[in-house]
Amino acid sequence: MIRVQSLWQRGALDFLRAPMAIVGLLILALVVLAALFAPWITPQNPYDLMQLDVLDARLAPGATSSEGHYTYWLGTDGQGRDLYSAIVYGLRISLLVGVGSALIAAVIGTLIGLVSAYAGGWVDALLMRLVDLLLSFPGILMALMILAWLGKGVGNVVLTLVVLEWAYYARTARGQALVESRREYVEAARGQGISRWRILVGHILPNCLPPLIVIGALQIARAITLEATLSFLGLGVPITEPSLGLLIANGFQFMLGDEYWISVFPGLALLLTIVAINLVGDRLRDVLNPRLQR
Amino acid sequence: MKALDNAVLPATLEVRNLCTSFHTRDGILPAVRDVSLRLQPGRILGLVGESGSGKSVTGFSILGLVDAPGRISSGEILFHGQDLVQLRPSQLRHLQGNRIAMIFQDPMMTLNPVLRIDTQMIEAVRAHNPMSTREARQHACETLASMGIASPEERLRAYPHQLSGGMRQRVAIAIALLHRPDLIIADEPTTALDVTIQAQILGEVQKLVREQGTALIWITHDLSVVAGLADDVAVMYAGRIVEQGSVDAVLDQPLHPYTQGLIDSLPSRNRRGQRLRQIPGMAPDLLSMPVGCAFAERCSRVSSACSEQPQPLEIEPGRSVRCFHPGVAHGQ
Amino acid sequence: MTLWLLRRVGQAVLVMLLMTLIVFVGLNAIGNPVDILIGEDLNQAERLQAIARLGLDQPLWQQYLTFLDGALHGHLGKSFVHHEDALQLILQRLPATFELAFSALLMAIVIGVPLGLFAGLYPDHFASRLMMTGSIVGFSLPSFWVALMLIMLFSVHLGWLPASGRGATREWLGIQWSWLTLDGWQHLLLPALNLALFKISLVLRLTRAGVREILPQDFVKFARAKGLSPLRVTLMHVLRNTLIPLVTVLGLELGSTIAYAVVTESIFAWPGAGKLILDSINTLDRPVVVAYLMVVVVIFVSLNLLVDVLYRLLDPRVRLEGAQ
Repeated sequence: MIRVQSLWQRGALDFLRAPMAIVGLLILALVVLAALFAPWITPQNPYDLMQLDVLDARLAPGATSSEGHYTYWLGTDGQGRDLYSAIVYGLRISLLVGVGSALIAAVIGTLIGLVSAYAGGWVDALLMRLVDLLLSFPGILMALMILAWLGKGVGNVVLTLVVLEWAYYARTARGQALVESRREYVEAARGQGISRWRILVGHILPNCLPPLIVIGALQIARAITLEATLSFLGLGVPITEPSLGLLIANGFQFMLGDEYWISVFPGLALLLTIVAINLVGDRLRDVLNPRLQR
Repeated sequence: MKALDNAVLPATLEVRNLCTSFHTRDGILPAVRDVSLRLQPGRILGLVGESGSGKSVTGFSILGLVDAPGRISSGEILFHGQDLVQLRPSQLRHLQGNRIAMIFQDPMMTLNPVLRIDTQMIEAVRAHNPMSTREARQHACETLASMGIASPEERLRAYPHQLSGGMRQRVAIAIALLHRPDLIIADEPTTALDVTIQAQILGEVQKLVREQGTALIWITHDLSVVAGLADDVAVMYAGRIVEQGSVDAVLDQPLHPYTQGLIDSLPSRNRRGQRLRQIPGMAPDLLSMPVGCAFAERCSRVSSACSEQPQPLEIEPGRSVRCFHPGVAHGQ
Repeated sequence: MTLWLLRRVGQAVLVMLLMTLIVFVGLNAIGNPVDILIGEDLNQAERLQAIARLGLDQPLWQQYLTFLDGALHGHLGKSFVHHEDALQLILQRLPATFELAFSALLMAIVIGVPLGLFAGLYPDHFASRLMMTGSIVGFSLPSFWVALMLIMLFSVHLGWLPASGRGATREWLGIQWSWLTLDGWQHLLLPALNLALFKISLVLRLTRAGVREILPQDFVKFARAKGLSPLRVTLMHVLRNTLIPLVTVLGLELGSTIAYAVVTESIFAWPGAGKLILDSINTLDRPVVVAYLMVVVVIFVSLNLLVDVLYRLLDPRVRLEGAQ
């Protein structure tokens, strides 16, 4: 376990050596905090249809609401939603879906990968062929197909994403497990009579974590993008609880009429979030990659 | 070749106080320190040392192939009187592969695996001699043949991985000889090969060098190779040359304890049933070198004087040693 | 080589068969195949007729064979919406999608490779660092949003390029292509750029990584020791060795590009297969969806095969294995 500890410590310091990574981390912190405290920092709950006033639709940024309570700092969308509130709540959905699907996929995928490495033989071969097949298909097509059968809804989107993502974790976990199982400390542990399962979970798994973390970070970004894309195409979340993708879609028609803010601002929020995650994930990959360490 | 000849003929290569360092993230690594050499045309110099002694970096420095973060920090490298360190890259390129050539250790890694042999030889020819592809190919073929390589046409059409290790190295040597250079630097060219092939190649190289009057630096960690091949020898330790001289003189009467240790640890010098003699200790970490003699902590002759850096002591012309206790034989 | 090729083709065929099985099973498992393939607005008598005609009253394995037979002959049902043969519909729209995907990939290579080469050769240069950060932004950008921004900038504000649709076409080899006309190019530029953005970032990073891996290798040093000009060393040795694995990745990326064209086609109203499939999903035009699935499977498996063959052709170490 000593190996793993020093890697974390060294890794953390190394991570902070890149200014872009710090920027990413800060933006991410901001986003997460905003999403967490959404009800407290927004003037309006954009999902509560009672709070929306259709008369306030398509107001430019900086306009005041018709009842004079507050200012629409980022303007309103086609249904009268305060764009700022909608964006913050939309970030909630994005993070929920992205992180949620990544976590579930990580657990399932890692388990399958470890089992595959542990079992070996034809089980391993079969599972890996399945993984290869799954990974060789572009995610968006599969997502379209699955959602076409399942229908809309946040749960279905998460399910779809999990189906797409688990294979990455499985392949990496299996590869790492195989590499680790050949190391001396595993031989030593086996020589001490520790059961193979305990070795797998207690010794091999912790050493598989670094590449899995990297994949996890990048997958979260990918999941968020995919969810936004699917929502944009009308296949993701329902209309009444718009995620960022749907907000952007709603604003498409108004763009040609110079009411740019309805699409641009949600897009910027989405962009910032994804860029931040990718910056952090990219730096993590450089730091946790043992090959690049001297 | 007598010692007198050294002073008469103009030197092909003269290295004066060469220092090459690597500026790494962990500090400055002095790979080559205050190295001075002299090489006459037609003579073979054996540069001997362990890995990390700086012998390869010396070779690369002469040819101007030291890659960042390394650079030559001081010294002169006089080739036919011209200081190579001061040359512009374009001028240096004119000499590389043309008047000075290099042979690397592992031919599998030095030949581009995705290009054919003829492509790689033709480009070497045309880099310094503007002839047509056909003519260049002809020249390459002749050079291969002159080295005694059978069916050179077939070899030319092959890819590196299709040839045996020994054949690949012969091709690398042929490439070095394409423009009849005045100086060849060979960096452990036979280390990766079979002993029998090694002997063959050594013989071939020696013959070619004598025929064409090329000066040759043969870099190796194997003293026995030097014994059979070279005229002169320079022993390197921790970036410095600790002993230099003609092969006969140095091997018969080694002055530096490290040289003595190397000779003693040769298997041929040990009797069967006896324990193999080894030099105690390990090579020092180049990043944290002691101020004094780098060999002190492994030396049986060490005294308080050794906390200073010994300068080269010239016993006779062409024979020098860096030691405060040269020539004192340690207990047998 | 031929033995390997035969084996590979065999594998490809096997995968395609497997996919047809999955699609078929999927069809039957998800819903009533009668509704899926026939449609819902037929009266009882017509339904029975259709069932008999399509052989849906037969045992499952027989249905599968019929399905397979139909697939091989190119009959995958009729579109509910367009009342034409589903496969024909898709094949008609494919050239437009290919046009888009190829243009995007071409852009990605032309822009990404030289930039990646520079970034790999001079990693500490200010421009290189900028490119690396830029590339992260590049593949973080959601492509649909970028499409909107492109339209807003180039169509709405500057008015330089059209916002939607495909341009005028000219015929070549029996198919209508729009890249043969100037008007076609004007319509092609924005959507292709949109698709290419992600790829450019990818290619840039891959090229840079490849160059950085190749550069310290001995054969590069040896090439310089031969006195070759820096240009030749860079192009003939560094770039050439980097491109070989890169080509295979790019080949596979072509497949991914064709897939992601769905989004671009939707926004730019580009009349390709992607837009068709989206519309079909929304209107529940199942036969078209099934046909599209089959076509995509064939494209992907063939692409994988082609890429494998290409790699063997390019890398002599792999090609000549066993031929010694």
